[in-house]
Amino acid sequence: MGHHSNWPEWVYVGVVIALMVWVGSEAWNAERLVEHIPADAEVIKVTGQQWFWSFEHEDGTKEIGELHVKVGKAYKFEITSKDVNHSFNIHDYVVLLDAIPGRVNTVWFAPMEVGEHDIQCREYCGLIHYNMRGKLIVEEAEPSS
Amino acid sequence: MVLELQKPRPIWQIMFSTHHTDVGLLYLITSLSFLFMGGALALGIRAELFLPGSQIIADSMTFNRMFTVHGTTLIFLFILPFASAVGNYLVPIMVRYKDMAYPKLNAIAFWMIPPAGALIWLGFADFTWYATPPYSIISAPGPAADMWIFGLKILGISSVLGAINFIVTILKCKHPDMSMGQVPLLAWSFLTSSLIILVAIPTFAAALLMLLTDRLGVSGFFNPAMGGDPIAYQHLFWFTFHPEVYVLVIPAIGMMYEIIPRFSRKPIFSHSSGIFAFVLLSLVSFSSWAHHMYATGMSFTEKTVFMIGTLAAVPASAMHVFNFIATMWNGRIKFATPMMWAVGGIALFFSAGAGGVVNAAMPLDFQTHDSYWVVGHFHLFVMGTIAFGSIGFFYYIFPYVTGRMYNERMGQIHFILSFIGTVLVFFTQHVLGLYGMPRRVYDYPPIPEWITMNQIASVGAMIIGVSMVLFLINMIYSSGKGKLADTDDPFNLGGKYYYPFEAKNPHH
Repeated sequence: MGHHSNWPEWVYVGVVIALMVWVGSEAWNAERLVEHIPADAEVIKVTGQQWFWSFEHEDGTKEIGELHVKVGKAYKFEITSKDVNHSFNIHDYVVLLDAIPGRVNTVWFAPMEVGEHDIQCREYCGLIHYNMRGKLIVEEAEPSS
Repeated sequence: MVLELQKPRPIWQIMFSTHHTDVGLLYLITSLSFLFMGGALALGIRAELFLPGSQIIADSMTFNRMFTVHGTTLIFLFILPFASAVGNYLVPIMVRYKDMAYPKLNAIAFWMIPPAGALIWLGFADFTWYATPPYSIISAPGPAADMWIFGLKILGISSVLGAINFIVTILKCKHPDMSMGQVPLLAWSFLTSSLIILVAIPTFAAALLMLLTDRLGVSGFFNPAMGGDPIAYQHLFWFTFHPEVYVLVIPAIGMMYEIIPRFSRKPIFSHSSGIFAFVLLSLVSFSSWAHHMYATGMSFTEKTVFMIGTLAAVPASAMHVFNFIATMWNGRIKFATPMMWAVGGIALFFSAGAGGVVNAAMPLDFQTHDSYWVVGHFHLFVMGTIAFGSIGFFYYIFPYVTGRMYNERMGQIHFILSFIGTVLVFFTQHVLGLYGMPRRVYDYPPIPEWITMNQIASVGAMIIGVSMVLFLINMIYSSGKGKLADTDDPFNLGGKYYYPFEAKNPHH
């Protein structure tokens, strides 16, 4: 103790700090870009309740358990809950945000390909939490309009 | 240093004793019993998830209760009491005092644990170990939920009493010839983790009371239907329980600081940087609680602050790893069982920390949050680091406690199987999380990748299960019939190290 030189430890700590600064700033930058919601994003209201998801489009169309969207368009989810906490998750598009009663959380995404993806609940919400699942169906955009 | 047990004594003499090694023994036996009980639940969970559909557990409610009690048990009834056991045995000896500062308080703190454990196990609540409202208020069935709340309340008080005792013992009862800089790192780990407990626990104690009155319907702190805010609970909860992670891990690191130099037959590379890293960790432990809450809809600024606070913990943790490796460097290492557990624990500590950096980085957290990644990540800490350090330390003090040697070969097989099992279960769960499987699910859709990875994880869990049976047999057999240990140097390391092994506090 005290009779040997400690410089390797300080070099090592310096490297670790530099790594963390790099990770942190990259993450900060990426998150800043990801959170920028496009102005023309269409709003979809998402409501979680034990144990299913319901959706309401801007034009008033309502869906339960299934969500139909058009490819190449930006959508903004406004997520809330009717009873307990849930977490709205489309894993393939890294959409993940808690549905909390009394709050509206927003997240956006823009599907790039036609296809089907799983929607699930990622916050424990009781008896059927494991099966609080839905489908996201990305459809071809209409040619005109 | 023969800590105890060499001369058989009637059990009531140990139970009603306030002597630090007796209380330590009670802590030890209680915590290891709960290790096996909580572990058995884990095996049930993994068996259920081996395939999609219902396997061995009839309904999801039973499954939900099982993982809730599994988590609560292993954190509060295994890891914390095990650390208290080690602290009780060694802290008074390390600071050269005759006992803990308050022996009766010490016994009271221990005797709060069995009734709390009984409440938790007899209730068998289902609302996960973090009991988040509004579910825990409006949906979780009583009386299980209320019993859990009271159980945790009692455990919180027990922790605070224990922490006060450690702090006073170390600061006020240490031998006047000994400076704080000379206090061994294991005792320092108890000092810092006890200080964290004192600052952190009251917040959750308040939240528990608020949760209880909310459940009774007389208040609405966290109930949105009554104008309350469920997110407030999460802040109160994580303000206690993120620092609590460090309360769990710091003593385990302290235990490794005992094992590593002794089995490397070298002094610790830097005693002072160990102390510095403990103090730094205990400070930054309070700067990161809301990284558990990115997905609750926090603002960009809040997330940034807590990401920085989280990443700040990495250099201090890395200093410990450096200290361990630098101590082993050029040492004459003897890979006896305790050293194997400690080195394995360090390797898994490093992996767990690397995974933690990924969780802290904001955009990546939305990939991993509430998925199996997180399950794998924190289990690498609680199992891979803390349980490994603790079990290694248990082997290490076994000859001092019982006066007999455990079976070395069985101890090594225990380690090898546990290490393989831990890697299989928890590394696989990281990948499973990246495939999107949510945590806390009773059943899952038959996606081929999910099935394969769940099966690998379940096989790994069974391997750990087998290793733990070997452990149990070894401990029971060796404590009665093992060969007598040379308590001056039971591991044949040739030399006495750092603090007087011959120290023994007579009963009073």
